Amino acid sequence: MIDILKESRTVRWVGLAAIILIIIGALVPTWVMNNVMFGMARGLAVLGLMVLWRTGLISFGHALYFGIGAYAVALADFGLGVSDLFLRLLFAIGASVVVGFLLGFILRRYRSIFFAMLSLAFSMVLYGILAKMESLGSTDGFSVTPPTILGMEFEDKYALFVAIIVICFVSACLVQFYLKSALGYLTTAIRDNEIRVEYLGYSVRRAIHIKYVISAALAGAAGGILASSLGQVDPDSMVNWTVSGELVFVTIMAGAGSVAAPFLGGVVFQFLQTFSLQYFPDYWQFFEGLTLLLIIFFLPGGIWSLIQKLWVREDKSPEAAE
Amino acid sequence: MSTPALKVTDLHKSFSGITAAKNINVEAADGEIIGIIGANGAGKTVFVNMITGYLKPTAGKIEYHGKDITGIEPRDATHIGVCRSFQVSQVFMTMTVEENLLVALAIAHEGGAAMLRSPHHPELLAEAERLMEQFTILPHRHAVASTLSQGVRKLLDIAMAVVTDPKVLLLDEPTSGVSIEEKFGIMDIVISALKEKGTTVLFVEHDMEIVERYVDRVLAFYQGEIICDAPPAEALQDPKVIEFVIGHEPEAANA
Amino acid sequence: MQEFITILLDGLTYASYLFIVSVGLTIVFGVMKILNVAHGAFYTWGAYSAAWAITAASEMELPDWVGFPIIIIAAILIGLIIGTIVERGVLQFMHGQDEVLIVLATFGMFLMSESIIKLVFGVDPYFAYQPTTVLGGTSIIGVYRDFYSLSLLLVAGIVAFVCWWSLNRTKWGKLISTVIFDREASLAMGINVNMVYLVVFIIGTAFGALGGAYLAPTLSVAPGLGIEVIVLSFAVVVIGGMGSIPGAVIGALMVGIIRAIAVHKLPEIELFVIFGVMAIVLIIRPEGLFAPAKARTI
Repeated sequence: MIDILKESRTVRWVGLAAIILIIIGALVPTWVMNNVMFGMARGLAVLGLMVLWRTGLISFGHALYFGIGAYAVALADFGLGVSDLFLRLLFAIGASVVVGFLLGFILRRYRSIFFAMLSLAFSMVLYGILAKMESLGSTDGFSVTPPTILGMEFEDKYALFVAIIVICFVSACLVQFYLKSALGYLTTAIRDNEIRVEYLGYSVRRAIHIKYVISAALAGAAGGILASSLGQVDPDSMVNWTVSGELVFVTIMAGAGSVAAPFLGGVVFQFLQTFSLQYFPDYWQFFEGLTLLLIIFFLPGGIWSLIQKLWVREDKSPEAAE
Repeated sequence: MSTPALKVTDLHKSFSGITAAKNINVEAADGEIIGIIGANGAGKTVFVNMITGYLKPTAGKIEYHGKDITGIEPRDATHIGVCRSFQVSQVFMTMTVEENLLVALAIAHEGGAAMLRSPHHPELLAEAERLMEQFTILPHRHAVASTLSQGVRKLLDIAMAVVTDPKVLLLDEPTSGVSIEEKFGIMDIVISALKEKGTTVLFVEHDMEIVERYVDRVLAFYQGEIICDAPPAEALQDPKVIEFVIGHEPEAANA
Repeated sequence: MQEFITILLDGLTYASYLFIVSVGLTIVFGVMKILNVAHGAFYTWGAYSAAWAITAASEMELPDWVGFPIIIIAAILIGLIIGTIVERGVLQFMHGQDEVLIVLATFGMFLMSESIIKLVFGVDPYFAYQPTTVLGGTSIIGVYRDFYSLSLLLVAGIVAFVCWWSLNRTKWGKLISTVIFDREASLAMGINVNMVYLVVFIIGTAFGALGGAYLAPTLSVAPGLGIEVIVLSFAVVVIGGMGSIPGAVIGALMVGIIRAIAVHKLPEIELFVIFGVMAIVLIIRPEGLFAPAKARTI
């Protein structure tokens, strides 16, 4: 596997980007670094959605795992005193995988609008529980102590920033490796022609189930990261359907052309949102909506497809055939 | 006499009162090439669908080398060795010809952890090349499937159907949608490739010339029943066949 | 006993409101196969237009009962103007596209609408309470209810009846049923399907706006109004059956009564139960409890 990754052009570029980000992070003002951090966290969740999108499925309720990851970390912190970032992530991913595995049995039987609506319903069930649960702070949520990283406490957030970049890089590589494998090709194969896949002898439902769990794990990790870096969890900014909507928006906007796209999309979205909310808060949704419409009509491959056309050179190698 | 590759006994299919197929009794030996003819709606596709698991028969038995495969899932039929191609080519439209075959081969020959390998590795590539060569689609190997001509896409579809090395292959109108010039070319390629492997082939066809040229035996369908089961020379002269099958398709034969 | 009546009345009132809002959503889905997230925007536009107009009328010293015709007019105008803009401007270009993409496009329009509302009406809340005072109230077995809330039931009933009668007894209704059953055949028969789509969409929009307009006097109309409504409408439509008007009635009743029970007995489970039911229905009968007969597509 390491050989494949060493050869992969995508991995090299993503690695380079990661290094650049780490360096930049030390130089820019804190608010920029924070936004990149949050953007990357959101990008991780979108990476999960991208795996599903490539299979031809979109979930309107992925905030479910975002929230599960976030609250798992918060509860691990509160109830068990877990402060290490990576240990927290284990809780986040673990919880998401369990729920994703169970719900996957149901969801894998549906497609298109039913898959999307059922995901939405599940996520709103969690929202309903969390929003009304007094013991968990209802809509106010509760706070999360700053994380320690590998046993060490840090004054500022730079170490956390670096850790998050590393986590995202590793995730991107893992997903890249997955997508280039035969199992990964099954995403596009299923999207292109489910019937053929069945007649070739592979259970489409099982494949979808696996991809669903993977996407849940990624979104859960993202939620865990966000909880640790934000320092608090609450249902409205993490589980509500509007959050799922934002994730879907970034997925479409970024495009499914590369594992780097979700992160690029996530960071761009984060800055746009912060900027807009500060200077013209009443117009922000207008641009969100307009962008979504424009992309659907004129750039269905998302922003990444634009980048591919402009910057990435024509390459006949099998790797470039996305 | 050895166990027939495929044996169908008293097969029957009805859809809420409408009988689509009845009293179907067929035996096919290893390596036989059988042509299935009949007017539209006569029950040919229903027959193919039942054998390959897309439809479950209402009654009757389907046996593959003595093993009962009645009512199994398409996935399992494929694993056992009964495959099919499609009237409308079912390929992965956004992938290249080569990728289509690599993915198909990966699914067919790898399982479990092996699926975590990229399909672009030497063994699968060699096998894919061999198939592309056999079906003469090698020149198109890097073309995206959606850009292929109908004929080439058909060949890809059939190539994908043999990826699992089936012993029994059902081809649903292999030359439909293909231009007249390409029809015979395609059948030549396909039948010779399959004969090489000794595959038992049943194919649905409207063109009597093609049927005459390539088959050992003809099954003629009419209103859900088989009205004739004989070598082509005999079957195509049979008065029932002439009236109920050939008589219905004066244009189809030359389409 | 009082509690029972309270819950019953609350449930029925809420159900009526949900029905009026959701019936438009289900009609549009039934005819055009579009699950329109922007429906929440129509509700918001209805609420804001009515609230603004009623407040303005009150400032002009017009009598309070003027609010009622204002509500109706607002609904119709929103239906005509905004419905036409949305359908002709965006949706008509999307026929045949993936259902999910269409939903996303309507979501985009919903977001845009939220912004436009803030621009047009400002962010301060409107309290257009005037119509509620006109009718006064009454006591039912010891439970006080204002007639305005009770009139919601009447309006819901009227809307339901109008829908049923139009679909089954008028020429237009037959046209619509034909288009639902088989779009291709309708085109072949010379039916102007595009016009049918436009009309149906305008009606659906108008109903959504009516829901918002009629409810505006009972609450504080502020930004973010449509967000909660749209998800609940989805739940109603999914439970009852996407495209079914009787389904919308049943769905609305179920959601309304569940909510009433929850609010009075166990507030924590309100959303959980509503969406839980939605999930269960999607699992057991994805088409919904009352899905209309689907035309055979090959």
